[in-house]
Amino acid sequence: MNIEELEQIAEGVRQENAQYDYEVNVCMDLACASQGADKLREALVQAAEASGKKVLIRRTGCMGPCSHGPLIRVDHADTLYRKVNAGHAESIVNSLGGEPVPELQCDLNEHFGSQVRVVLENAGYIDPEKIEDYIARDGYKALLTVLTEMTPAGVVHRITESKLRGRGGAGYPTGLKWGTVAKASGDMKYVVCNGDEGDPGAFMDRSVMEGDPHRVIEGMAIAGYAVGAKKGFIYVRAEYPVAVSRLTTALREARRRGLLGNDICGTPFSFDIEIRLGAGAFVCGEETALIASIEGKRGTPKPRPPYPAVSGLWSKPTLINNVETFANIAPIIRNGGKWFANMGSERSKGTKVFALTGRISNTGLIEVPLGIKLRKIIEVIGGGVPGGHTFKAVQTGGPSGGCIPAEMLDIGVSYDALMAAGSIMGSGGMIVMDDTSCMVNVARFFIEFCMTESCGKCIPCRAGTAQMYTLLTRICNGTATMDDLELLENLCSTVKEASLCGLGQTAPNPVLSTLKYFRNEYIEHIVNKRCPAGVCSMETPVEVLA
Amino acid sequence: MSNGDDVKTLIIDDQEVSARRGQTILEVARENGINIPTLCHLEGLSSVGACRLCLVEIKGSNKLLPACIATVFESMEVSTDTERLRKHRRTILELLFAERNHICSVCVSNGHCELQTLAQEQGLTHIRLPYRNPNLPVDASHERFTVDHNRCILCTRCVRVCAEIEGAHVWDVMGRGINCMVITDLHEEWGSSTCTRCGKCVQVCPTGALFDKGKIGSEHPKYPDFLPYLNLMREAR
Amino acid sequence: MSALTSPPLPSDDKRWKIVNGTMRKNGYARHALIETLHTVQSSFGYLDDDAIRFVARSLRVPLSQAYGVATFYHYFSLKPPGKHTVTVCAGTACYIKGADKLIAAAEKRLGIQQGQTTSDGQVSLMTARCVGACSRAPVLLCDGEVSGEMSREQMIEQLERWTVE
Repeated sequence: MNIEELEQIAEGVRQENAQYDYEVNVCMDLACASQGADKLREALVQAAEASGKKVLIRRTGCMGPCSHGPLIRVDHADTLYRKVNAGHAESIVNSLGGEPVPELQCDLNEHFGSQVRVVLENAGYIDPEKIEDYIARDGYKALLTVLTEMTPAGVVHRITESKLRGRGGAGYPTGLKWGTVAKASGDMKYVVCNGDEGDPGAFMDRSVMEGDPHRVIEGMAIAGYAVGAKKGFIYVRAEYPVAVSRLTTALREARRRGLLGNDICGTPFSFDIEIRLGAGAFVCGEETALIASIEGKRGTPKPRPPYPAVSGLWSKPTLINNVETFANIAPIIRNGGKWFANMGSERSKGTKVFALTGRISNTGLIEVPLGIKLRKIIEVIGGGVPGGHTFKAVQTGGPSGGCIPAEMLDIGVSYDALMAAGSIMGSGGMIVMDDTSCMVNVARFFIEFCMTESCGKCIPCRAGTAQMYTLLTRICNGTATMDDLELLENLCSTVKEASLCGLGQTAPNPVLSTLKYFRNEYIEHIVNKRCPAGVCSMETPVEVLA
Repeated sequence: MSNGDDVKTLIIDDQEVSARRGQTILEVARENGINIPTLCHLEGLSSVGACRLCLVEIKGSNKLLPACIATVFESMEVSTDTERLRKHRRTILELLFAERNHICSVCVSNGHCELQTLAQEQGLTHIRLPYRNPNLPVDASHERFTVDHNRCILCTRCVRVCAEIEGAHVWDVMGRGINCMVITDLHEEWGSSTCTRCGKCVQVCPTGALFDKGKIGSEHPKYPDFLPYLNLMREAR
Repeated sequence: MSALTSPPLPSDDKRWKIVNGTMRKNGYARHALIETLHTVQSSFGYLDDDAIRFVARSLRVPLSQAYGVATFYHYFSLKPPGKHTVTVCAGTACYIKGADKLIAAAEKRLGIQQGQTTSDGQVSLMTARCVGACSRAPVLLCDGEVSGEMSREQMIEQLERWTVE
């Protein structure tokens, strides 16, 4: 395989597509699929056959605004149809070449207008099970360029130049990480893709793995070349069976085309990837716990240093990046580091995918340049809070993050600004809450999550989160005293500073941030035994021990 | 200095000390008579950094590091006994006392218990947190020993001594989070497990969780100090 | 020391051969423990002591370690599942939209707690940590099939259908 052959494959796809007069892309992602996208696709196929028109009907990954699903994208004019069902198939096929079907059209110009698609550039345009579709959209061009024209150090330099930061949450500079692994001594090194997307309320990585799996594989192979690794692992949640099957197919196709395996594209570089299944443990998103899990052990974290970059999987130097980080690699190689660094804010470059959910009109996946105002995401892209309710807070960063109140909506979304606001970027979940949400109850929900997800190794996290849960339950029950609140704050400080790994160190964040911005709600519960949002039932206060 | 790379000088609690490269802060502190509280750490076993009592402050870093694992570097300045550390240590001990069921007066290890001693050293006078008092079993099926899970603090010394020194790996931890528990084999009775009856786990247990049936109360001091000698003799062989 | 040999298959159930196949594919390496437990769970629906013992002995992993792994990961179940399984997603987005009320209603209707199976073995009630369909919250999985924007009535209706079977 070389660039010319890659171009031939792409040309082949274009010629094949040219045989059709029309294209209809049907979103088959979870949200649309659960509303009958499959039946819709079949109906479209039948309607096309009946009409005699030559229509290419393609299954694709997530198109974005899931709350409008099932979604389809028609023709080259890029018309998006919303809330489509099998009954619409005939009128859609009939309208091809003419005027669009009016009742299915959606006005999402504002929703899409503020977005910039890098990671999601192919989502909704390619069949994730066809490597040719990916190649036709410049897929694997970056890998071939790297293998034939660049040195490993040159690749690291380009990634460093892009100022890309880890998209898993902490925002560690990716180029620096690659450079460290590249410099680590050892004949055996590993590249690991963290697809253990455990944040409840986040599904960006699932959509990328399901909708554009080759993008992740290409990113990993480029990383392997840059750091000197021959072997990669993708660690995926077992709860994502579709992602596992898409990745399995993609790996097989990539091997068949000689884009993985020995002597890739006639160069001395060999690289292959295996899938490892997670088994329901949020803590395995932590690097050292993830390594323990790949090694077949309990996913308990280890103190760092040593960092995985020096001593990771089987004590070998290991590069661990998140799915979205790897998904950014190919475009950076293709377009240059400066291109990427031109997007975003001063210290947070590029774009970020967010899963926008909760009490908001347009739920789904969005991709925005970093630095964008939070208000723009909520009010313009998200379309605001529906049902006449008022916005109260947006939760970012999952159980490790915090709640950002309405008065802070004008901050720009960047690693530093979110940190300063008492939250974190996290992997990209954004859950919007309105006046029907009780912030104490939300804090309790997250602490309950951390308590059940704590591995149990270190005491502050194991027993501390359980005690925090007990105290928060008292507050929600109306049985707490102001002493309990003081105790809770004291516990937050110890759990945050003394826990072994990131899970424990960030577990108090949802409590601390709600205490910071919504302390009056806590006081109302404790002093007046009243839940302002009407969520907590104060009728039967029962002492609950976790 | 001729061997400057291998010898480090550092400051622990305002005291200038020297150390070999690769030594942990805890080792160096103890060589110099500086006490850092520990619970899961035991000389002769691998360190896991789980109890977080040995956390120390390093000048220039906001992060607290476990002294049992963190190694020394040139010119580092370590504080082992600040108000911040004392506060965390007391809270951690409180968390341990409230986690299960520690009533010293009726415990076989009363007077010989590392948890009890630490609480006294750290000036812990009362527990503010609600006691959880979970209903945990006592397994007395073994002919010589008993495990009372109510007194276990999950330090995993028994797991490590059994796997690393005895080579039997009969003990391990099951479950996760607050529901963790040490188990023998497939969570089977200790008495019918693959236990070799060496009794090392009992000797290294810091509390009254593992005890010798033949001894009670004040007769029950434990001798975990045998480990470094055992390792030394094995290396010499 | 004599060479260690693999233990005999626990029974002549053909599914053990699939389990063995996973281990063989991984060269009986210890790190294949989780992969193999996945195969056991997908073949038998759950992990029992015999299965864990067989896998542990085959991979030469200490029994307590294997049990520790099997109980650490919530995806593994040590009890056989019911004929049908309803899983309520308890992710943040679903929680905000009332998943806790769905769970409470299901618990009341079935007379069991989450994580349990009805005494007649018909229905298991589980919760999931986000299935990634947040935009359709609250989400329910009925025997693996995703249904979004679930009301309490719709869920109870589904449960009724299963319990009268």
